[in-house]
Amino acid sequence: MSALDAVSAVKKKDPARGPKRPSRRQFLVAGGLAGGGLFVGYIAYLLRDRDRLARVPAFVRNDKEFALNAWVKIVPDGSVVVAVPHQEMGQGIHTGLATLLAEELDADWSRVRVEEAPLDKIYGNYVMLGDGLPVGPEDSGILATTLRWVGFKVGEGLGLLATGGSTSMRNAWEPMRLAGASARELLLATAAKKWRVPAAECATQTGFVLHVASGRRFGYGELASEAAQLPPPAAPRLKEAKDYRLIGKPLPRLDAPAKVNGTAQFGIDVRLPDMLYAALAQCPVFGGALKSYDEAKIRALPGVKAVVPLGNAVAVVADSWWRAHQALANLPVVWDEGANAGLDSKAIFAQYGRDIESGATTEYRAEGEVWPAMARAAQTVEARYSVPLLAHATMEPMNCTALLKDGRCEVWAPNQSPSLVQLAAARSAGIDSDKVVVHTTLLGGGFGRRVETDFVAQAVSIAKALPGKPVKLLWSREEDMQHDMYRPAVISKFRAGLDPAGRPLAWWNRIAGPSVTRSFMDRTLPAAAMDFPPDKANADGAAEIPYAFPNLLVEHALSKTPVPIGFWRSVGHSYNAFFTECFVDELALAAKQDPYQFRRSLLGAKPRLLKVLDTVATKAGWGRPLGIGMGRGIALHASFRSVVAQVAEVSLEATGEVKVHRVVCAIDCGLAVNPDIVVAQMESAIIFGLTAALFGEITLSKGRVEQSNFPSYEMLRLAQSPAIEVHLVDSGAPLGGVGEPGTPPIAAALANALFAASGKRLRSLPLRLPKPAAAPAAAPTS
Amino acid sequence: MFELRINGEMRSVDVEADTPLLWVLRDTLGLTGTKYGCGVGDCGSCTVHVDGQATRSCITPVSALAGKAITTIEGLGAREPHPVQLAWLAQQVPQCGYCQPGMVMATAALLAEKPRPSDEEIGIALSNICRCGTYPRILRAVHGLIDADLRREQTQKEAAEREAALAQEEAAQRSRAPRGAAQNAPAPKKGAQR
Repeated sequence: MSALDAVSAVKKKDPARGPKRPSRRQFLVAGGLAGGGLFVGYIAYLLRDRDRLARVPAFVRNDKEFALNAWVKIVPDGSVVVAVPHQEMGQGIHTGLATLLAEELDADWSRVRVEEAPLDKIYGNYVMLGDGLPVGPEDSGILATTLRWVGFKVGEGLGLLATGGSTSMRNAWEPMRLAGASARELLLATAAKKWRVPAAECATQTGFVLHVASGRRFGYGELASEAAQLPPPAAPRLKEAKDYRLIGKPLPRLDAPAKVNGTAQFGIDVRLPDMLYAALAQCPVFGGALKSYDEAKIRALPGVKAVVPLGNAVAVVADSWWRAHQALANLPVVWDEGANAGLDSKAIFAQYGRDIESGATTEYRAEGEVWPAMARAAQTVEARYSVPLLAHATMEPMNCTALLKDGRCEVWAPNQSPSLVQLAAARSAGIDSDKVVVHTTLLGGGFGRRVETDFVAQAVSIAKALPGKPVKLLWSREEDMQHDMYRPAVISKFRAGLDPAGRPLAWWNRIAGPSVTRSFMDRTLPAAAMDFPPDKANADGAAEIPYAFPNLLVEHALSKTPVPIGFWRSVGHSYNAFFTECFVDELALAAKQDPYQFRRSLLGAKPRLLKVLDTVATKAGWGRPLGIGMGRGIALHASFRSVVAQVAEVSLEATGEVKVHRVVCAIDCGLAVNPDIVVAQMESAIIFGLTAALFGEITLSKGRVEQSNFPSYEMLRLAQSPAIEVHLVDSGAPLGGVGEPGTPPIAAALANALFAASGKRLRSLPLRLPKPAAAPAAAPTS
Repeated sequence: MFELRINGEMRSVDVEADTPLLWVLRDTLGLTGTKYGCGVGDCGSCTVHVDGQATRSCITPVSALAGKAITTIEGLGAREPHPVQLAWLAQQVPQCGYCQPGMVMATAALLAEKPRPSDEEIGIALSNICRCGTYPRILRAVHGLIDADLRREQTQKEAAEREAALAQEEAAQRSRAPRGAAQNAPAPKKGAQR
């Protein structure tokens, strides 16, 4: 069976509106870019990872550095420089990746630093591509395994450097440890040769090779130049987990010192000789275009150098960003608002409402016979949920610095995919990719926003108008908020049937909304953009619901809108976990059971999930009485190969405000490479999810985003932040992701707690309780 | 032309009077540790000290700063890391790190004015936005600094008590001892003279 046949097995309900048959390549690219998390055939994985140890010339930047393979170089002073192919956006990945390599190298941690990996296929993210395929993570059938293998091969072929889908640690786990082990063996062999002793008499210890019998030793720095000449060992030996001295320890982050003294370099901090600054205004209506502008009105303003039209935007270039920004504010601009000038949020939700009832649907998972079982049920429960559009709102607004000179292009950008940045820059500059050099800075937040390259294309287009001059494009916060690629608004409908004892007989869930992958592909690789195969992200978290429902049907009705949508921390899980984990609570109520015990009763064959759920319940003191007006809610969700459960404790204030007192969280991500960073990511993901659940809402009116800055798109602040406790559970499962899995459950835990506290079931986000009742103004007229 | 005192140095800058301090620091002077987040004085990423007060530099025009002492993140720990920075490292606060210079500056100003603020006062003074959600660690770091201040006071109090007791004892010995012996007694310990 071919890969395409395998995908066709995902049934399409309405053949009349069915897909045009895509080419094999189209499917693979589309499916692969979707993000998510799957395991790749282990043997194949290992074999390929050995091939990733070759030397990459671009990695060596001067003759004081000696590369032992693509991933590590050693400087004569003993410093160890680790190549990191994943971008640091707060998730601690630079520290985590360096830990893997330093462990196997037996490096002295205090001498380890990281350097951005050059753009070479060897560093590509192979795992992410396999992740987007429309097969469940637990599926180990031939079909699923074949698909993953194909996804892996494509990942290898494309060699895309990218950070997303909580894949970095899984992608780098084998190659970086192998690279460390290989380098260690080279150093050891070099020392043995110099001493003329068998390598077996030598050992390594924190940055040194020792000759045990004679007590002689060499620092790694003294051996580097010679070791770099040797061929790499055929089969470097990896340590056993019990011998780890760095992996599994809460090592301090490598990036922390520079981040507390102001020297950390983000994209916005790039400074180059003769650099100019650009401010930008985009058509406020999605899909609109620039019609005209009156440059004469601002040409004489201080510092203004140029006005550059960009299709749907206009940029003012000046000798400081403030001057460019001020001049732009004074530039008369006329927009062609295009077809979407009448679009508003209400119309989008109305369209979803129609499509969820009558549109074509794709089945993501079908087991048993849902409808006969529903007819047999003693009682059925129904509900409809919704979530709004959300902005990423990274603290560092979008920016990129570009220099075009002599047919070459250099860009500096905080980004989640240097490969896509290179592609976008080359396209904009009208040159080949190999003429583009990409410098990735630290990211002032990513959350999926910086896998986009809109700001890169703009910066390069502006720089093209000023050849030889570096130009730093910086969006204002308002532009950033009003021209995001938003987390889509989505609605979800449920019906479930219970038997007389309250046991679920049937579960039907239909989701309606647009496809993130389609929207992303339209922007990024339009030639490969299509609606088939179905976008796994649509149903992420809904299709793999872990509970034992004997009859189950999960469907998605594709409902397209002109709003650009993108990957937002945990993607489909961010809404499906809210929907499913709230509705499970509704079923527990209908079954007259405790929400925690009800979930337990449906997890019989899932010990890993049970352990996480039990841990959070125990640590939170589930069942212990709370103060008056308080409530406790629980939620469990598996995503990106990790399992997370959370308990939230809330109260309803007299003002109608929701106060979150405490969140207890348990996570099983397999081995925690750096437990303190795992804890930090849970804290981070919880607060990120709380912001969304309590405040997050982007609305449209007349085709424009109504929110523009933090006062109208509020963020949780320290004073509102709950106490958070995180407990790590290690079931021995393979490595899971950490950056995203903490976000999905929190909105549901919160809504469930609010129900416990108030008796009110809120089915849409952000959670808004009706204002405390005011005296009725007038008698109803009906 | 505006004369500004920044991190103890006089700097003259040729900008429009309404230019926010933030952009003078970042673009004119190259002090990029202070960050742009919202431009409306809400998120706090641009926090610096003006005469010791935490100030949002994105809405502070240069024309308002004549004769005032400005401290940025670059100046805070210039000689040695500031205790707030050390506390941040001890708690491993930063994630993406973008908002942290503003957080550190806001905390340093708060504690300089009030070494032991209540949680409510901390919440008001640290209204800065952190999108990575480092708040729990920030709170722990601030609590650590408050505890350190308490311990410092306790230690000082204990030292003062010890010295008082010692002085009392010595006085008692002097009154018991014959005159000649008192002249040969060792000089009081250095600490006791403080």
